[in-house]
Amino acid sequence: MKRTPLFSAHQKLGGKLIEFSGWEMPVQYTSIVDEHLAVRRDAGIFDISHMGEVSICGPDAEAFLNQTLTNDARKLAVGQGQYTLMCNERGGVIDDLYAYRLAAQEYLLIINASRIDADVAWLEKQLSTFGKRAGVDLRNVSAQTGAVAIQGPRVAEFTDRAFADPFNGGTIVAKVTDLKKNQVTRMQFEGRDIWISRTGYTGEDGFEIVAPGEIIEAVWNKLLAVGASHGLKPAGLGARDTLRTEKCYPLYGHELDENTTPIEARLGFFVALDKGDFVGRSTLAEQKAKGPGKRLIAFEMTDKSAPPRPYYPIWSTAPKAAQIGEVTSGTYGPSVGKGIGMGYVSQEFALVTGYDARFTDPRLYPQPQSVNPPAGTPIEIEIRGRRAPAEVALKPFYERKAN
Amino acid sequence: MTNVPGDLKYAKSHEWVRVSDDVATVGITDHAQHELTDVVFVELPASGRKIKAGEACAVVESVKTASDIYSPLSGEIVEVNPAVVSNPSLVNTEPYAGGWFYKLKISQPSELEALLKPEQYTAQIGGA
Repeated sequence: MKRTPLFSAHQKLGGKLIEFSGWEMPVQYTSIVDEHLAVRRDAGIFDISHMGEVSICGPDAEAFLNQTLTNDARKLAVGQGQYTLMCNERGGVIDDLYAYRLAAQEYLLIINASRIDADVAWLEKQLSTFGKRAGVDLRNVSAQTGAVAIQGPRVAEFTDRAFADPFNGGTIVAKVTDLKKNQVTRMQFEGRDIWISRTGYTGEDGFEIVAPGEIIEAVWNKLLAVGASHGLKPAGLGARDTLRTEKCYPLYGHELDENTTPIEARLGFFVALDKGDFVGRSTLAEQKAKGPGKRLIAFEMTDKSAPPRPYYPIWSTAPKAAQIGEVTSGTYGPSVGKGIGMGYVSQEFALVTGYDARFTDPRLYPQPQSVNPPAGTPIEIEIRGRRAPAEVALKPFYERKAN
Repeated sequence: MTNVPGDLKYAKSHEWVRVSDDVATVGITDHAQHELTDVVFVELPASGRKIKAGEACAVVESVKTASDIYSPLSGEIVEVNPAVVSNPSLVNTEPYAGGWFYKLKISQPSELEALLKPEQYTAQIGGA
C-alpha cells in the first residue's frame, strides 16, 4: 500500500489505518461520529495527500480543458476554481474533479486518488489528438504533491494565524480568510509555493491546501498547533464519508462511474452544453432534452433500522413491489440522526412517481418526461433479506443553519 | 486498558456470558465495542428461538460495518434487551451492564467448559 507524507503523523495520533484505493489511510482517530460532529461544530483536519494533481499550462490550455471537461473553463478568472467532470464519448464519467486557474495560462486539476492513472491516461490520449497540442504542457504532479483540508464553522478563527505571509499568486488577498468560495491564492511556506483554496467536501466553511510533499507535514503541524484551542481535531476517511453523504456529494465509484452520466447523477448544472463541442456532448445534450435513463435519488430510512449501505437493493412499494435500483452510498448520518443514502432508480419508476403537470402538454413535450421522484415517495431498502421502509428525500439531508 | 470482568466467561469471538442457574446473559466485550466504536443499530434474535453454540444470532452495526454475533452457548432465547435496540450506544457505554443482548436457557451445560476464562480472553486480545 502507498503512504502519504503524513503517515507517521497518523500513527502518532493513534489513527486506525485501513486500505483505501491502494493507500494506507486513517479511517478514524477516536470515533467516526465524534470526528463528524467536531467538523460540524468546530473544525476538523483531513489528510487528502492521496488525491491527484495534474498541471496543464500553455496558450491553448483553456481550449484543451474546455474540450475535455464538461464545465466552462472560460468562466474561470485567475485565482478561481470550479467543480467539473471528465466524460468519455458516451457521456460516462471518467472522473469528477476541481479545476483551478492559478495564472492566465496555468491550470491545476485536483482528481480522485482512485482515478489518477485512468485520468492521466485519458488526458494524454485526448491531448495526442488535440489540434493545438503544441500549446499545451501536461504534467502529472501527484507523486510530488501533498494536500490537507480544514473544514468547520470555526476555521476562520485560526486559519489566518497559520498563513500570515503575503499572498502573491492566484487571487491576491490581504489575508486568507478574505478568499471567497472557490477562490485560490498562493503564498510561500518554508520557502516553497503553496496554494490555498476556499473549497471542501463537507458542506462546512473550509480551506484546502496544496503543497509540495516535503513540507505538507509542516503545514499539518502548524494548523494543528494554531487550531487546537479552537477545537480543531484530526478527522479520518470515515467522517469524510458521513459528512459528504449528508450533503449528497457524489463519490466516484459510487454515484459516478464510466457507465453513468452527469445528467443521471443530477449534476447537469456542471455541464455547459452551450460552450461548444466537448467529449460526450451529444449524449449529454440528448439526455438533458429527453431525460436520462436511470435517475439518482436521495432517501432516508423512516423506521428504526440498520443503516443503508452500498449495493443494498431499492424496492418500490407502489403500484407494485419490485426492485427498482441499488444503493450507491449509505450510512448513518450523525448530524441528522438517521440512516441516509443515495442510489439509482429506473426510469420507469421515475415516470410513474414523478408526475408533474408541467410535462404533460403533448405539444411541448411529445415524449414523456421523467422527473425526480418527489420527496416523500415511499420505497424500501432490502437489508439482509428483509425490506425496511424508507422514503425519497430532498437533497441535501443536512444544511448549515444561518447564523 | 480494556475491561475484562473476572466473574464472566468469554468466547473467542468476543462475546461474554454471565451465568445464573440455568440462564446465561450474553453481550459483547469492552474490547469488541472499542474496535467497533459508534454502535448505531442492534438486531436481536426473537424470544423463543432455539439456537446452537456458534450460530450467528444477532447483528451489531457501527457507522462503517455490520458484525455478526455468534451465540457462545446452545439453548432457547428467553429474553432480549429492548433498551439496546432503542439506544444502541449502550453497547459502547455499558457493554457488560445496560448493553446486554439476550438471555438464554442453557440446554448444554457442558459447553460452559469450552468458554474462555477471563485471563485466557485477556491473553487472546493481547492485554496485560
